Amino acid sequence: MTDRQPIFDTVAAQIAPFNKKGIELTDATSFATDLEWDSLTVMDFVAAIEDEFDIIITMNMQAEIETVGQLVDAVMKLQAA
Amino acid sequence: MTNSRDLFSKFDALIAEREALLATGVRDPFAIVMDEVKSPTLAVIKGKDTILLGTYNYMGMTFDPDVVAAGKKALDDFGAGTTGSRVLNGTYQGHREVEDALKEFYGTSSAMVFSTGYQANLGMISTLAGKGDYVVLDADSHASIYDGCFLGDAEIVRFRHNSVEDLNKRLGRLPADALKLVVLEGVYSMLGDVAPLPQMVAAVRSHENCMILVDEAHGMGFFGAHGRGVYEEQGVEKDVDFVVGTFSKSVGTVGGFCVSNHPKFEILRLVCRPYVFTASLPPSVVATAATSIRKLMHAGEKRAHLWKNSQRLHKGLTDLGFTLGTKEPQSAIIAVILTDQAQAVAMWQTLLELGLYVNMARPPATPAGTFLLRCSLCAEHSDEQVGQIIGIFEAAGRAVGVIA
Repeated sequence: MTDRQPIFDTVAAQIAPFNKKGIELTDATSFATDLEWDSLTVMDFVAAIEDEFDIIITMNMQAEIETVGQLVDAVMKLQAA
Repeated sequence: MTNSRDLFSKFDALIAEREALLATGVRDPFAIVMDEVKSPTLAVIKGKDTILLGTYNYMGMTFDPDVVAAGKKALDDFGAGTTGSRVLNGTYQGHREVEDALKEFYGTSSAMVFSTGYQANLGMISTLAGKGDYVVLDADSHASIYDGCFLGDAEIVRFRHNSVEDLNKRLGRLPADALKLVVLEGVYSMLGDVAPLPQMVAAVRSHENCMILVDEAHGMGFFGAHGRGVYEEQGVEKDVDFVVGTFSKSVGTVGGFCVSNHPKFEILRLVCRPYVFTASLPPSVVATAATSIRKLMHAGEKRAHLWKNSQRLHKGLTDLGFTLGTKEPQSAIIAVILTDQAQAVAMWQTLLELGLYVNMARPPATPAGTFLLRCSLCAEHSDEQVGQIIGIFEAAGRAVGVIA
């Protein structure tokens, strides 16, 4: 494990308030099918993640992010930029 | 056939939801037919005289005798349609005249008229912000603003609704040398709330390379000394680069526009696809719009009456115990917030049966997943009608159990 785990943990902590069914989170957890988020929840969550990591996840990028793992990778990439 | 999977399968959940709702015996809120329209505030629906409180016809210009006469004359003189693009055979004298009227109304050097307000946003946003640029927009933006983003190649960044801090933070995270278009609305149409434009404009101006576009679809005619919109009323005219608006609300017909003082603005006529690749407005429409816009320049009394109507309805509904979209009346839109779809449809139908038409709005068009009944007032609603409207809300609210 490199510095990926702390980012995963922070993302997981941000997901918690929106994780109504208490789904167990892995890299493969999908926002739409597993967490069953609608577009408004996604909006609130993305804003929270952006503020937590001081980054911007454009709507163009959001369209490509379907799972928790993809989000963690995107955050790492954006922080490195 | 109906059960097999095809391109319509993705709509199955919505079809099932609608079927379940309509099976309860309610009328379809999205399939109303106005059999006869008697005035800006009165129509006949299924044989019943119905007060219109959901039309965005803020200034009641649809039946203005001068406006109607101008349309009839243009229909006689120039025919039913142009059958052409603005850049080919579709610019008539009337298109030039309505753009002149807009320039005078807004005090700008340029005005460009589109065939609808939707296309104005589609065209302006997709054309101004290109690859490598950013569009920064409010999360509660109208669908036409979102669709303008999706039509273009720019990066899209959202900020929380009307949050100056959120806007400022996001602009601060973008590359300073990137070009940015910040899109704001004067009045947000779902709850009828107004943007804090001076604070937002100040936040934008603290960052480099930003231009500001304000959509005044719901502000034109009603706000500001000249009726230009919220940006005029709040005194930020000098800081706004583009104003987008529509003819389908206060102006009383159909069409969209953008006005600006940018010295290179006219080039947009050649590069803006939603402007170029569609037929221009019919001569009768631009004639009615030009006449209406010129009359709106001197509509101070109408504005005052509309404001009085809005304040009175807001107070009346608040006193009855309804939950509204804003604590104070901020615009000519008053949104009544309901708990769920069943309650919203029941309330909507009861109002209709009592002779009052309002808009029902549901997610995803509404913010925060709310179901609401949206009322939009008209300067032509008489004092007596506003009294009737409050009375109908009281009777319907009690019948449905929305208020005690």
